[in-house]
Amino acid sequence: MKPMFKWTALALAVCLPLSAQAHRAWMLPSATVLSGEDPWVTVDAAVSNDLFYFEHFPLQLEGIGKPQQVSPRAPAPQGGPDGKPAAQAGQPAPGGQPPMRRPANKLLVLAPDGSEVKAENGSLGRYRSTFDVHLTQKGTYKLAVANSGLMASWKEGEERRRWMGKAEDLAKGVPAKAEDLKVVQTSNRMEVFVTSGKPTDTVLKPTNQGLELVPVTHPNDLVAGEAAEFAFLIDGKPAKDLEITVIPGGNRYRDDTGEIKAKTDAQGKVAITWPSAGMYWLEAELTSKDGVAKPASERRAVYSATLEVLNP
Amino acid sequence: MRKRLLLPLCSLLAAPAFAAGLQVGVEIPRLEVAEYHRPYVAIWLEKPDQQHVADLAVWYDLKMKDKEGEKWLKDLRQWWRRSGRGLELPVDGVSGATRAVGTHSLSFAGDSAQLKDLPAGEYSLVVEAAREVGGRELLRVPFAWPPRQAEQHQAQGKSELGAVTLQLTP
Repeated sequence: MKPMFKWTALALAVCLPLSAQAHRAWMLPSATVLSGEDPWVTVDAAVSNDLFYFEHFPLQLEGIGKPQQVSPRAPAPQGGPDGKPAAQAGQPAPGGQPPMRRPANKLLVLAPDGSEVKAENGSLGRYRSTFDVHLTQKGTYKLAVANSGLMASWKEGEERRRWMGKAEDLAKGVPAKAEDLKVVQTSNRMEVFVTSGKPTDTVLKPTNQGLELVPVTHPNDLVAGEAAEFAFLIDGKPAKDLEITVIPGGNRYRDDTGEIKAKTDAQGKVAITWPSAGMYWLEAELTSKDGVAKPASERRAVYSATLEVLNP
Repeated sequence: MRKRLLLPLCSLLAAPAFAAGLQVGVEIPRLEVAEYHRPYVAIWLEKPDQQHVADLAVWYDLKMKDKEGEKWLKDLRQWWRRSGRGLELPVDGVSGATRAVGTHSLSFAGDSAQLKDLPAGEYSLVVEAAREVGGRELLRVPFAWPPRQAEQHQAQGKSELGAVTLQLTP
């Protein structure tokens, strides 16, 4: 595929709801259950089609490796939690428009006592970014990439233009008389849980912003054949009738995605029975018009997590 | 000399309070593999619903510097989940070094820490073994406590464990 077409295809993929064809952004920890005095985990972060293979773009995270200088031949390696390419400074996007700037992804690593920890040994490659976390405390760590803001699209002549950013910058990014303007309030959150020794709950507390998972079953205590219960919240309130998709990793070597679908109940709760051990990608997306502040006409909240399931 | 003195003492103490005991035999098989490491082994008691009751032993690499050997305890997957992850290691009287190929026996008197408060009922002895660059195996031997008569129970491993025996003495 010529780079230019690839750009267009990617931009298209973005506009579609997340489907089997959309790119998936994920973080993959080397382990989630650890013993010993001084464990480390290393984490790969990427945007890809198949789980969990890095074959498309690295997930660019603030402070993890050096942003790459990409030759005009190759599309910029980048993806937000929805896996879209980033704009290149000084490199026009197809159609000669100035590129869309995307907000950077910030990685937050929370230690069992709730304090923030710095990721170490970060690097950014062509297909993945990678970093280490030194687990100096016993208990459960949470790694999260979360962002929120507005996404605007409008018409300029025959072309659709797009902008993403913080609400306060909307006026700077979007022309005052934008034709056919549509503004969507977005929030994305991507999480991974890792436990050294005995699982703890401190980092599992929700922020009550956007779509979040609140474990009933501890996320580092998932066992094949056993049911795990999770509750989902939207801005701190139960997210009912929410469709949850769970996809086991390793689908490069399977014909079917093997996905499991489940719906949350009135309390926002859902139970998932893991068919086998392995790494799973859980994803939920909520679109609604409730409580949306103008100029946005709707909101889109996405949550995803990489979960490890062990054999009994 | 010492022994002689002790024997009469023991028989005096062997009153009803000091009645029952159990003896566990664990066979670590000889394996024809290019790279052999002694297995990590955890031995514990659980209820029929797999609720953990007491640890009898955990054998792992105690000699490495900075307690590096604890890094692989999670490979004793079931024991780690049921008990290990909540312990401050090493545990006196439970932690021990890895064992060589052969049959190893452990004895627990009725008044030992693990057995003295054990309510009457159904239990299983569980033995889990995990070997570096090797496999993992778990065996369960069901039994009733306290024993009414001398009993012997057995399970046979196929890969990482040989015979596991349990002798109960009333």
